[in-house]
Amino acid sequence: MLWVDKYRPRTLDKVIVHEEIAGNIRKLVSEQDCPHLLFYGPPGSGKKTLIMALLKQMFGPGSEKVKLENKMWKINAGTRTIELELTMLSSTHHVELNPSDAGFQDRYIVQEIIKEMARNRPIDTKGKKGYKVLVLNEVDKLSREAQHSLRRTMEKYSASCRLILCCNSSSKVTEAVRSRCLNIRVNAPTEEQIIKVLEFIGKKENLQLPPGFTARIAAQSNRSLRRAILSLETCRVQQYPFTANQAVPPMDWEQYISEIASDIIMEQSPKRLFMVRGKLYELLVNCIPPEIILKKLLSELLKKLDSELKHEVCHWAAYYEHRMRLGQKAIFHIEAFVAKFMSIYKGFLIATFS
Amino acid sequence: MAPVAPSSQPWVEKYRPKQVKDVAHQDEVVRVLTNTLETSNCPHMLFYGPPGTGKTTTALAIAHQLYGPEMYKSRVLELNASDDRGINVVRTKIKDFAAVAVGSGSRQGGYPCPPYKIIILDEADSMTEDAQNALRRTMETYSKVTRFFFICNYISRIIEPLASRCAKFRFKPLSEEIMSNRILHICKAEGLTLDSEALSTLSSISQGDLRRAITYLQSAARLFGSTISTKDLISVSGVIPQDVVQSLFMACKSGDFDVADKEVSNIIAEGYPVSQMLSQLLEVIVNADKISDEQKARICKKLGESDKCLIDGADEYLQLMDVACHAMRALCNMPEELHFS
Ligand SMILES: Nc1ncnc2c1ncn2[C@@H]1O[C@H](COP(=O)(O)OP(=O)(O)OP(=O)(O)O)[C@@H](O)[C@H]1O
Ligand SMILES: Nc1ncnc2c1ncn2[C@@H]1O[C@H](COP(=O)(O)OP(=O)(O)OP(=O)(O)O)[C@@H](O)[C@H]1O
Ligand SMILES: [Mg+2]
Ligand SMILES: [Mg+2]
Repeated sequence: MLWVDKYRPRTLDKVIVHEEIAGNIRKLVSEQDCPHLLFYGPPGSGKKTLIMALLKQMFGPGSEKVKLENKMWKINAGTRTIELELTMLSSTHHVELNPSDAGFQDRYIVQEIIKEMARNRPIDTKGKKGYKVLVLNEVDKLSREAQHSLRRTMEKYSASCRLILCCNSSSKVTEAVRSRCLNIRVNAPTEEQIIKVLEFIGKKENLQLPPGFTARIAAQSNRSLRRAILSLETCRVQQYPFTANQAVPPMDWEQYISEIASDIIMEQSPKRLFMVRGKLYELLVNCIPPEIILKKLLSELLKKLDSELKHEVCHWAAYYEHRMRLGQKAIFHIEAFVAKFMSIYKGFLIATFS
Repeated sequence: MAPVAPSSQPWVEKYRPKQVKDVAHQDEVVRVLTNTLETSNCPHMLFYGPPGTGKTTTALAIAHQLYGPEMYKSRVLELNASDDRGINVVRTKIKDFAAVAVGSGSRQGGYPCPPYKIIILDEADSMTEDAQNALRRTMETYSKVTRFFFICNYISRIIEPLASRCAKFRFKPLSEEIMSNRILHICKAEGLTLDSEALSTLSSISQGDLRRAITYLQSAARLFGSTISTKDLISVSGVIPQDVVQSLFMACKSGDFDVADKEVSNIIAEGYPVSQMLSQLLEVIVNADKISDEQKARICKKLGESDKCLIDGADEYLQLMDVACHAMRALCNMPEELHFS
């Protein structure tokens, strides 16, 4: 098992960071009338961990007996029947799924599953909860229609079914849905907190950690706890015992983007643009999300720029990322950004040096 | 749905008014509907207005009061955005329900039971235009035996031919005073104490949305016990602390790109919603005294554009950076675009 999973705290009182949130959640579920919840925060900040611990707090160890199934849904949509396949994780008390996996048909998933769950309401025996919990991941990726579908459902079935929504950016969740939940912000842990977790793991694994080593990993982690733990494990595999100045290797795709940035700074020409496009394709076929590519590329380029250009370049990155959302093919927009950058940068070089 | 013990319902449901007369602040519609209860006359209705102002509550209450629990099932069809309401459903399900004849109007079990059915189309703004068009005929053909209640947030999404057939009621955001009354009522029922400062904070952060106010209140009660302070409410509401907004503003004023970048990165890592940040930033900028109107205008224009981009699903970090860059340029009197001489 990877360390990220092995050392994921299982209960609310075992968490190392977010102790306050964990304490709050415990109080929230102490009564039966807890509202719907929306967890939001950056990647790797610990949302999933809190949700799993919360389920355990609600239902006891039963919530950990989960089975993974690929369920086929046949949905009657007037003239035709839509067939959708969706992976879901369920225990007797809860169901977890990623409705946005159904793409533009996500609305049907939301509509069908919640209703089915509401129908199969667990019987209230031995003081067990009389409701089920539905965990929906990545709700920020749900289409507008699907989010609209959630609204009244959340009210209508609130007695039999509690929703726990999870997402990275709550700006993308409609106001109407947010107003129906208690919003819980899960901030990215600070570097000190990350160090604490790394040292905890180091102790459990009996590692000798040279001074400053965990601090360097934390500094490179971009405040993502998951990433920091993964890095530590990678370092462990690469070389142990650790040495004081052992390098913390960057992710290879990040390395690759940093090379692309150098390519762009070195030469601005159609030929170079063509070459860069090949490299961008390479990243995309390896499933690096396009907005991540664009953001990383921006940050690498900014490192090499004078401050008067930075504002301008930043603006165009935002501009093309927005267009990318509206468009269909990410490559066009990333490439357009690179072309725009080349033209600005070349203009600047000519104005400055001739 | 089986009846449930009230204790397992969140407060928003627990305190949903069951009778039209208990709906607060929407006097006009309450008056018309009270009249309906007496005379059994009812036009088609269109309720519109922001979230949490009582639209669904009112529609359900009147339907229950007209028919009572016995007849409700056979006389009322409630469809919302979670039901498929494509054009096919309009042509079949809705039409079939609308076409059913009903007996003459006679009181049953103490309820008026007027001689028509009600179709409630909640969240009607998410119906396609085609589906709405298909409704026109149905509405006209069966208007003798069926009344339609449309409910939506945005009236502009309802096609004109439908809207013009209805009596329209705008549900206003609840005033702070009304909101406070309602909250105090709940506090009393739940045994909570709320000082006057906390009460006015709660009314103002919920911005006229009573559902939100009740959710905050319940959350705060669970988290902080039965005595609730302003601070507790702020912390459950997701409002961004003022010093975070201020330090972004100061960073923009400094004109130093790297300082601003650091602030923005921190805001993203802390998980503050950028849409919320934009509205709080707007407040700071509009009220700032040391910047000119032109500078304010430049920044506000950008705030609007970015808000739209966020709704389109654009990246939060990039949008906030873009806003910060524009603000820096405006505040430090740099030109809006870069030109090389
Ligand atoms: N409170 C905590 N205390 C200690 N370790 C934690 C805590 N929360 C998370 N972790 C560690 O960080 C890892 C990542 O957390 P988690 O999977 O919960 O992130 P997430 O917010 O769901 O991320 P994403 O949005 O990318 O899905 C976990 O596998 C666990 O090892
Ligand atoms: N005018 C009001 N009087 C009393 N309670 C209200 C009023 N408006 C809202 N509420 C409270 O807020 C909750 C939500 O109200 P309701 O469902 O009617 O909102 P809505 O206008 O339909 O909102 P949306 O547009 O989001 O569907 C109710 O359960 C009730 O507790
Ligand atoms: Mg996760
Ligand atoms: Mg409603």
